[in-house]
Amino acid sequence: MAMLEIDDLHVAFPRGKHDEIEALRGVSLTLEKGERLGVVGESGAGKSMLAFAILNLVAEPGRVSAGTVRFEGRNLLDLSEREIRGIRGNRISMIFQDPMVTLNPVLTIGTQMIETLRAHRRISRAEAHRLSVEKLKLVAIPSAETRMDAYPHELSGGLRQRVVIAIALLTDPELIIADEPTTALDVTIQAEIMALILALCRDQDVALILITHDLGVVAEVTEKLMIMYAGKCVEAGPTRDIIDAPNHPYTYGLLKALPQNAEPGARLYQIPGSMPPITNLPQGCPYHPRCERATEECRAAMPEIKDHGTACYHPLRAPLDAEEPA
Amino acid sequence: MSGAIVETRGLEVRFPLPSHFLSREKPVLHALNTVDLDIRPGESFCVVGESGCGKTTLGRTIIGLQSPSGGEVHFRGQRIDQMDEATRKPIRRDMQMVFQNPYASLNPRRNVYDTLAEPITHLMPEVTGAAIRDQVEAVLAATGCDPSWQRRLPHEFSGGQRQRIAIARALVTNPAFVVADEPISALDVSIQAQILNLLTDLQAERGLTYLFITHDLSVVEHFGTRVAVMYLGQVMELAETATLFSTPKHPYTQLLLDAIPRLQGGSFDKPRTPGELPDPVNLPKGCPFAARCPLADGKCTAERPKLRKLASTGTDVACHHTG
Repeated sequence: MAMLEIDDLHVAFPRGKHDEIEALRGVSLTLEKGERLGVVGESGAGKSMLAFAILNLVAEPGRVSAGTVRFEGRNLLDLSEREIRGIRGNRISMIFQDPMVTLNPVLTIGTQMIETLRAHRRISRAEAHRLSVEKLKLVAIPSAETRMDAYPHELSGGLRQRVVIAIALLTDPELIIADEPTTALDVTIQAEIMALILALCRDQDVALILITHDLGVVAEVTEKLMIMYAGKCVEAGPTRDIIDAPNHPYTYGLLKALPQNAEPGARLYQIPGSMPPITNLPQGCPYHPRCERATEECRAAMPEIKDHGTACYHPLRAPLDAEEPA
Repeated sequence: MSGAIVETRGLEVRFPLPSHFLSREKPVLHALNTVDLDIRPGESFCVVGESGCGKTTLGRTIIGLQSPSGGEVHFRGQRIDQMDEATRKPIRRDMQMVFQNPYASLNPRRNVYDTLAEPITHLMPEVTGAAIRDQVEAVLAATGCDPSWQRRLPHEFSGGQRQRIAIARALVTNPAFVVADEPISALDVSIQAQILNLLTDLQAERGLTYLFITHDLSVVEHFGTRVAVMYLGQVMELAETATLFSTPKHPYTQLLLDAIPRLQGGSFDKPRTPGELPDPVNLPKGCPFAARCPLADGKCTAERPKLRKLASTGTDVACHHTG
């Protein structure tokens, strides 16, 4: 049994009195202990919704309308609020995009860390303080002891995100869900923070779900990859395999469109159009209006994800550098 | 003059900050510190750096949205930074800007036609009547916008479509020089390539000169003719794009290049020491990068290095220790 098993997860929001629209339209995945998974998609593809749904945090009026999230065998969606608090923020931690929103601006770093620890462990204040300083050192925060008394606004963006990571690590979680953890940061700071997350996951055997729009970042950090489009997973598999030889035309387009994959100065490969909003999805495969390979079959019905990890009737099965996909 | 379309000489921008009421010190933020640039006609001149390095201030100062505290800006050999509005107005049609966020840069209450017609009525008084409509329709076609968009409002469009409209607005007066400030960073990945291609095509058709401001080096490598790397208001390195990527000379450029996430992997495996930008209010006397630099010594903290040309690669670099 895998550590995390998600099966056919759906999230729906009401539209009008009797209708619903789905933000997540049946996503399945498994994650073993210590495994690092990247979830890539454009805004509105449902990747953050997946993170919230895993922790049963979908905000009203949305709801998880179907599916299961099994963490070490227990379905998190069946737990009471009291029971899930033993897991959320404890065994599964989260890191969000903007550290200034995550941290409470009127409390010191130390207060926030000690509070977090004492919410999950029956330990003394002094012991909590000691463990907090230990974690701040682990994420390479200089003069950790004095930073305990600092307020979030006194720290730079990079240091703030390090503090957020330290808080996520406080309870020694088995899984960290990081939603665009470096999007708000500068490139050199992004490299530092991602290198830190990668090293921590490896050393402490922590599993990671990394949600991002940046294929370069997932290539650097993760072993498994899932590409999302319009609330569905369209391709999943080992990160290296997908990046070297994508099967789904959307994945192929995303990779091919990167400036890294083009001759300097030449026109870039471009996917026409844009992702349809979930309120207005086309019949069949949601990608077919933008797809060069689309046929009648694609316009008629949504392809299910197959053995080769792709939800496509006409997968490419060709390396990226091959001349033209067959 | 050197045949450059835009030149800056010793350009400085300082922002005075509120001082403490008991203190006599008047703190000043140095956004730009003696910047000398020559932008050549027809090139894509890229400015790259992290937040707070002054790249946006540079673009705004050249275009005239920010007045410099010192130094000069020349456009086609003519000094423009001290001109009054009436003398400057005929030049504005030749210098336009595309902003980062198309959700903020378009007036939400103005339809596309009005947005595009305004620069014409304001800057091109000789164009009147039906000619305005023709010019709007021509620029819509050139930027890949549908003619039916004219009566619609910005909220009806996606991010990529809005950025096309913003580009159309910048081009409607047929400018020679366009400042593009992070024009793709607010857009989704699959849309970024569309906008970059549009900018490339428009440059080929109209012989545009771009000042392209970005934090993304992989875009620079693809798009730039020459690149200036900025750090805390100063140019640290300036080179032909291919030269900068094959033989980076400044340690900060190297740091930036090492930070690019690569599809091949390996960039994040190296251990990194936390680095922070120094406070731009109290700029260090010496090299601004000295605190993060592996090569720094006593000379670097004492004396600020000036840009000098290296004979080997033709790179301009501001570093005491590279050669």
